[in-house]
Amino acid sequence: MISWLPPAEVFVRVLYAMLLFASLWILWRGQNAPGGGFIGGLMAVAASAAYALVFDAGSALRRLPLEPVRLAACGVLLALLSGLPALLNGLPYLTHRGVTLSFGVVELPVSTVILFDLGIYLCVWGVFGGYCLALVRAIEEES
Amino acid sequence: MLVLLPLLVPLATALLCALTWTTPRLQRAISAGGAMLLLLCSLALLRQVMAQGAITLVAGNWPLPFGIAFTADHLGTALVLIAALMLSITLLWQESAADAAPVSPALHPLLHGLVAGSTAAFLTADLFNLYVWFEVSLICALGLLVQGGALRQLDAALKYFVLNLVGTLLLLAAVALLHAATGQLNFTALGEAASRLDHSVKLPLLGLLMLAFLIKAAAFPFFAWLPVSYHTLPAPVLALFSALLTKIGICALLRTIAGVFFPAPELLFTLLGWIALLSMVTGVLGAAYHWDMRRILAFHTISQIGYILLAIALSSRAGNAAAIFFALHHSMVKAGLFLVAGLIYRQTGHYDLRRIGGLHAAKPGLAVLFLLLALSLVGIPPLSGFWGKYLIISESFNQGEYLWAGSALFVGFLTLYSMAKIWLEAFWKPHPDRAWRLPTGVRTAPAYAGLCLLVLVTLWVGLVPERLLLFVSDAAATLQGGVP
Repeated sequence: MISWLPPAEVFVRVLYAMLLFASLWILWRGQNAPGGGFIGGLMAVAASAAYALVFDAGSALRRLPLEPVRLAACGVLLALLSGLPALLNGLPYLTHRGVTLSFGVVELPVSTVILFDLGIYLCVWGVFGGYCLALVRAIEEES
Repeated sequence: MLVLLPLLVPLATALLCALTWTTPRLQRAISAGGAMLLLLCSLALLRQVMAQGAITLVAGNWPLPFGIAFTADHLGTALVLIAALMLSITLLWQESAADAAPVSPALHPLLHGLVAGSTAAFLTADLFNLYVWFEVSLICALGLLVQGGALRQLDAALKYFVLNLVGTLLLLAAVALLHAATGQLNFTALGEAASRLDHSVKLPLLGLLMLAFLIKAAAFPFFAWLPVSYHTLPAPVLALFSALLTKIGICALLRTIAGVFFPAPELLFTLLGWIALLSMVTGVLGAAYHWDMRRILAFHTISQIGYILLAIALSSRAGNAAAIFFALHHSMVKAGLFLVAGLIYRQTGHYDLRRIGGLHAAKPGLAVLFLLLALSLVGIPPLSGFWGKYLIISESFNQGEYLWAGSALFVGFLTLYSMAKIWLEAFWKPHPDRAWRLPTGVRTAPAYAGLCLLVLVTLWVGLVPERLLLFVSDAAATLQGGVP
């Protein structure tokens, strides 16, 4: 152990926040560039896993927005619902609409795809996060 | 939008049931509501398809062949309706005390998930999408198999999983190879591109595809997953399995080999005919050997799948119509027989025929229900099974396939043998345990209601077959892109 470094607990708190922020950024970026819900969700899982390895699985579970199964189910439900607005315009299910909002120099693409992607993000976080934390818990119980 | 509802409704219901798993009463209510809604949607879809023919919807409004299309044609819609009906009967049965599945938080999400995977596989018009829904139904079926948690159930689940995984991986390989050869995945585009393929390329690719579907359909010699897993399931789940799982393989086979890739190489159909013959014979012999009612019926499923494959192997419009008729008939009747077995178990305490008996005097109503379903399975007029077998055998004779037709007749007699075995052992002979009395105060009314519904359908189909015969001939015509 190198004594002049802050302890791992401090590191991982910062890392957790950074990873979650990065995962959300990748989710957002996925609209018009490589990235998206799946890969963003995997980064969120990495954040949960890092947290669980330093602290324990229970405290990482408490940091999830919902229990894993509920998180995943909400995610898929959100993805299913994101296809519905198209029906109001008489378009087939899952047809997505996007516009680019312009604020002077900054252009912000906004579309209903982000809802679908957010659903995937939550589903991946719920399923793989739950799976990963269950594994960490199993290892904890063994040792 | 109606095309997608039979997939979206059970999927959403499964998710809502997963969200409410801590409040079982709410979960049950959502589950029942979802099943009712699915039944209504399937009926509405069937009405529309019968009125205006096949309906296609491309999700996300992407242009073909890039968009993922769903097509509701006669075959798919009829199977969807059966899935919806069986789901309702399964849930109804859960309200009774007759060998209902143990109530666990995961039961309802998994049941709806299985139905969503199956209906989507019936309706999809995209080969890769078909693989995806195969996987969805596989995973949900696996979840249902491990629900009991007993060692023999885990053992069955493992065997089921490994053997089915081989099937789905073969399917994935076939999809990848077909995509490499044609560049297409959408059924219509795939059919056009495949017709330009060289025979030497087409034969192995379609052979691989057929192999994957035959594993799913539990045909000889790939049926091992079915008899090792079915007998560990509670009756209502078993009925749902028998109505859906093998039918996914049959539907996919009809859609691809008999539909999209028409005309497929002649050799495949000859091969399919012999596989069908062996499935019929081995299935019925396996059934004759066993004493556990669920094993007997599971082996009969293999034998009946043989009949359906034989009809497909005849490779004609009449043959395909016969296959569809038989598949619809078999879904209902076999599920009904599994439910009768569940009730017999409830009344006598065993699935093993050697340890039970005496039901004909104690439960004459159940005896009548069993006889109707069993005779329908054997193919006695005027029940639905008679028309199914009649169509298949007469088309075999028309094509000069006397051996196939003769075997189908012969297997019918053997089917009668094992149905007679169940009749003699469970109903006719006195109960071996003299102290046995009918259990009292058992809630079986919902179970009987579901069972009677199935018996009424087979009677109705048997007595008034014209409408269904017309329907399946339309289904066979639309299968090859024709207009009914």
